[in-house]
Amino acid sequence: MAWTREEMAQRAARELKDGFYVNLGIGIPTLVSNYIPSGITVQLQSENGMLGMGPFPYEGDEDPDLINAGKQTITELPTTSYFDSAQSFGMVRGGHIDLSILGAMQVAENGDLANWMIPGRMVKGMGGAMDLVAGVKRVVVLMEHTAKDEPKLLHRCTLPLTGAGVVDMVITDLGVFQIDRHGSGMTLLELAPEVSLQEIQGKTEAGFALGNGIG
Amino acid sequence: MNKTYPDAKTALAGLLHDGMTIMAGGFGLSGIPEKLIAEIKASGVKGLTVISNNAGIDGAGLGLLLETRQIGKMISSYVGENKLFADLYLKGELELEFNPQGTLAERIRAGGAGIPAFFTKTGVGTLVAEGKETRDFDGQTYVMERGLVADLAIVHAWKADTEGNLVFRKTARNFNPVMATAGRVTVVEVEHLVEAGEIQPDQIHTPGIFVQRIVRYDRYEKRIEQRTVRKRA
Repeated sequence: MAWTREEMAQRAARELKDGFYVNLGIGIPTLVSNYIPSGITVQLQSENGMLGMGPFPYEGDEDPDLINAGKQTITELPTTSYFDSAQSFGMVRGGHIDLSILGAMQVAENGDLANWMIPGRMVKGMGGAMDLVAGVKRVVVLMEHTAKDEPKLLHRCTLPLTGAGVVDMVITDLGVFQIDRHGSGMTLLELAPEVSLQEIQGKTEAGFALGNGIG
Repeated sequence: MNKTYPDAKTALAGLLHDGMTIMAGGFGLSGIPEKLIAEIKASGVKGLTVISNNAGIDGAGLGLLLETRQIGKMISSYVGENKLFADLYLKGELELEFNPQGTLAERIRAGGAGIPAFFTKTGVGTLVAEGKETRDFDGQTYVMERGLVADLAIVHAWKADTEGNLVFRKTARNFNPVMATAGRVTVVEVEHLVEAGEIQPDQIHTPGIFVQRIVRYDRYEKRIEQRTVRKRA
């Protein structure tokens, strides 16, 4: 059984450590905030200018001056601070954020990431993604293993890059891979329940080594 | 020196001309200078280069200036919420320069601080770095980005005093304070205007030196793009 989106988010939440400052991307990564392990505290950063992001407001309490980077209404916490966009990305670029979890269209075995444009289609823009992958200490990609049955884990990305050699871990519905940014390539660490090595190999173009206990 | 003006029209009088560059604060529709945008629309000024993180949505924010074809070029990080934008861009009626959001913010900060260029690792090895100078520092490659200034910065703040000292509210702060520093002239719309001395000097986000003109309105539309709520237990 491949992991559901919720299970993928749950698996990604295990990468959180007590005291981490974390930026979560839009989509499945947003779900990670529902699975923060008990006994640890993390502060979520929203790159439009907030640390300590709280849950969605109760109906009637929405504040147009309080949104996250996905433009959704949110709330503040006792730990919250606000700042301008330059300071926000100073945090990001300066390596002060511990972990970024974001989605991807393609990831290559060397850690290259593509998630912002498809040539020939209307391009929406990279937003803060290029800054996040260049600056955050550890980058975890959370994505479906394939798109329309085509592999998304490739030898080399074919789409324009968001960052070169920036991904440390990929969590898909089929398993978990670690990537060594310094050239040692990709390693399969975990398989989702009842997913065979043969299945994941068949759906992965990238080359990968097998971690302990796999295969 | 009186910095306060009775309305957006008088606050922008004499500042607008065709082909100028305008910085507009806001993230999505949060913290946008909506009254000043409406007045720029009414003025009919055109051929604008607009520096703003986003391009509004259809019918709101900078989307209003797209409808009237007053914008010739946008410098932004994300414009995905605007269908008209896509149409104009694909028809070649609108020029577009994408900057990574942090690079955009830092270009504006640098421009306002008199820094003509800086090096960042954001975008190295991507389309963003093509044609730009790169340099290695301490074993890592960085790309050179230029500081940005504008003829006019339009900003939304929560509160000002008559000296132009500003306080922003929550995430409506976003690009507003840095843009206030990078406009040759900065015009600010506020929700509250008080006498100088009524804001604690320690609580001021933007010092009045960066602000030339202030206009206060009682009511703002403040549209919400993605209303998300949870049910009360």
